[in-house]
Amino acid sequence: MQQQIESIVLPNGLAIVSERMPDTRAAAFCWLLPGGSVYQQPGKAGTSTILADLLFRGAGQRSGRELLGQLSLLGVQNEESITPAHLVLSGVTQARNLVETLPVYADILRRPHLPEEEFDAARSGLEMTLASNEDDPRQKLTLELRRRTYPAPWGIPADGELADLPTIDMDDVRQLAKSSLQPHQAIFSVASSLALSDLLPTLEKLLGDWQPGEITAPPLPPTTGGYDHLTHASQQTQIGIAYPAADSTHPDYLKAWAIVSILSGGMSSRLFTEVREKRGLCYSVSANLHSLKGAARVICSASSQNERAQETLDVLLAELQRLKLGIAGEELARCKALAKSSLVMAQDSTSSRAASIARDWYQLGYVRTLQSLKQQIEDLTVPDLLAYLDRWPLANLQILTVGPQPLVIHFNQ
Amino acid sequence: MTQYYQQKPMLQQATLPNGLTILGEHRPSAQSVAFGFFVHTGARDENHACESGVSHFLEHMVFKGTDQLPAEMVNRLFDDLGCNYNASTGEEVTTFYAAVLPEYFETVFPLQAAILFPSLREDDFTTEKQVILEEIAEYADQPVYVAYDHVMQLHFREHPLGQPILGTPQSIQSLTAEQMKTYHREHYLAGNIALVVAGNFDWDQVLELAAKECGHWPAGETAHPCRCASPAAQTVVIAKPALQQQHIMSISPAPDSCHRLRYAAEMVSIIVGDDSNSRLYWELVDPGLTDIAEISYSDYQGCGTWLTYLCCDPEAAEDNWQAVRKVLEELDTKPFTVEEMEQARNLLATRLVSRGEQPMHRMLAIGQNWHSRLEYRSLDDELEALDQVTMDDLQSVIREFPLRLTSTVSVGPNTATL
Repeated sequence: MQQQIESIVLPNGLAIVSERMPDTRAAAFCWLLPGGSVYQQPGKAGTSTILADLLFRGAGQRSGRELLGQLSLLGVQNEESITPAHLVLSGVTQARNLVETLPVYADILRRPHLPEEEFDAARSGLEMTLASNEDDPRQKLTLELRRRTYPAPWGIPADGELADLPTIDMDDVRQLAKSSLQPHQAIFSVASSLALSDLLPTLEKLLGDWQPGEITAPPLPPTTGGYDHLTHASQQTQIGIAYPAADSTHPDYLKAWAIVSILSGGMSSRLFTEVREKRGLCYSVSANLHSLKGAARVICSASSQNERAQETLDVLLAELQRLKLGIAGEELARCKALAKSSLVMAQDSTSSRAASIARDWYQLGYVRTLQSLKQQIEDLTVPDLLAYLDRWPLANLQILTVGPQPLVIHFNQ
Repeated sequence: MTQYYQQKPMLQQATLPNGLTILGEHRPSAQSVAFGFFVHTGARDENHACESGVSHFLEHMVFKGTDQLPAEMVNRLFDDLGCNYNASTGEEVTTFYAAVLPEYFETVFPLQAAILFPSLREDDFTTEKQVILEEIAEYADQPVYVAYDHVMQLHFREHPLGQPILGTPQSIQSLTAEQMKTYHREHYLAGNIALVVAGNFDWDQVLELAAKECGHWPAGETAHPCRCASPAAQTVVIAKPALQQQHIMSISPAPDSCHRLRYAAEMVSIIVGDDSNSRLYWELVDPGLTDIAEISYSDYQGCGTWLTYLCCDPEAAEDNWQAVRKVLEELDTKPFTVEEMEQARNLLATRLVSRGEQPMHRMLAIGQNWHSRLEYRSLDDELEALDQVTMDDLQSVIREFPLRLTSTVSVGPNTATL
């Protein structure tokens, strides 16, 4: 089926990207605003999350209570999150309510009250969220591994830092609101049964005169590897390994993606087979390709009971090293089959499509069709992947363990 | 003119002579076909003394293959076809499910059907036992799961719903492959299993494949006695001095899976305890007293539960728990408003619609409905039932099943008994 993707950039810079999915009755949308964690002042990690919270505490003619009530009445299941690059406001509702939802979000973006008297409540809620992360060893591993593998500010925990919270004040929030709540570099994506022409008049009326600002993301410095351990009283040791790979804007991106799929793409993948199926060393083991715009990492993680964790780490490292020794044609064929299915099945999910088309627009400046992606994956060959592994050797590994005792690294960087 | 949704799915149903139920929801415009076997067995069917965790362990062992199919071949064959497949075990049902592109359905179906009757080889059993022990350890390191397991055990006491799905390290260590074989023989009977197919498929082909691949399965079904829980109001404290936050969970009885008020119960849980714009949200989360204060509703056969969860600074745990208690007690004097009811109805409708987009999710919803109520409902049936909930229903449900903090478990540094 031909995808129906349309886009337009308003004169003020706001990019609007839409995918029409005629058979769906849900409607999903995403606002990407240039207010992610890298735009916070140094030492003020958490400002973006507090801003995201305060945005929903009143906007336009509505108090916070009226605002959330109105969204519920429109059946909007909303969610806010912070990535390094963006403050993300996403939601899903029924297509018949979508047009009515737009003015509510226009108020949130353009006329938020940002009530100073509620700043302490927002900060206090965030403090508890960050403290909860400390209690979850897996979450701790994910956050701390990213901090070590991506240099600051790109690696700092996107939600914030406990130690920084006392230094943040309302002026920091207002400053971030001013620079990020504007159309320059902002993206609105929507996936629903509606065509862009059904939405555009309303969007232009609500946002056409939104005044742009100027904002530039800080550069991404290169990384170095290393090993670190965080002591945590737990039954299992969490193990994380991160190393550089081609990012989503790089011509080698799909090769990096295929390599990760061979490592972890299905239950016959290498890590699942070697670590879990053959040796029973863990329940969870995975590798993912995590991509920023301009830098990416393969991130492997596993957790094993403490007395078996050393063996798990050794097997993980051995499997990463074994990649360059060869890839079987059937492994690549399996990776292609999995890719084909998941790309086709994504066409049944509005939430998945709204997030994908926004991400593509940010990282590439256009939307890849699922058909073109499928074809590019279909064209990959084993020599392509081996050549990639030569260009992107296993180096600058950042390893982190979280558990009672550190482990020994049997790998020369 | 804008079209919002034009295609109504077609519902089909059949039963094989051995008792296997087959349900299909056909939507030709879907990109994939999803199918699942819902086996009516779970933690509540286990003999607590000697086989706790066997249903879940058996779910893992299914993927270890048959006499003709060694373990590594099973995963490879599924992956070769780009199949999105997995399984899950709950208190009452074990589900094996897969989604594929329509052209591969004919190849994947026999594989999925065959492995439901696995060899249960001794060496596979021994290796997989280690995986299960790792899974238990993984959950034991996460306070929210510690709280959940304990509060279920506390609330249901001797009732089979209180048994941990994963079992315990001791029960898993002592379980034998022979015990598992017996359990499989007694529970994997065609009358205990429903096959559900959703999305883009050919019904005649489904019937033909099911007859060929499942027609020889042993007939019969097992009894699933239901009785109500009889919780004793209790609080248990699990001291975890190293934690940063206090995790408190409480359960009280709610409508069971066949109760006429179960949609009303869903709406009440949203009005009182959704993660945003609920009564608990405005009382505790909005002012920054906690970051989580929520209520969820679960329905089982013969019993339901309201589960209240609070996560907050340990020093403020008693005050916050009092605030939760106050919100629940005030339900007697502060009736629900029409606005609250309509907001909850619309939110729930969106959740149903967005979860219903993909064949995989529809298949799981249909299977759950069938398992719980022997009832076959389309998404429109669900939305219509939701539309019919009245204010009287909401009031009835909290009159019959008051939201209270009956069985409570507190995990964290604060050892106060609340």
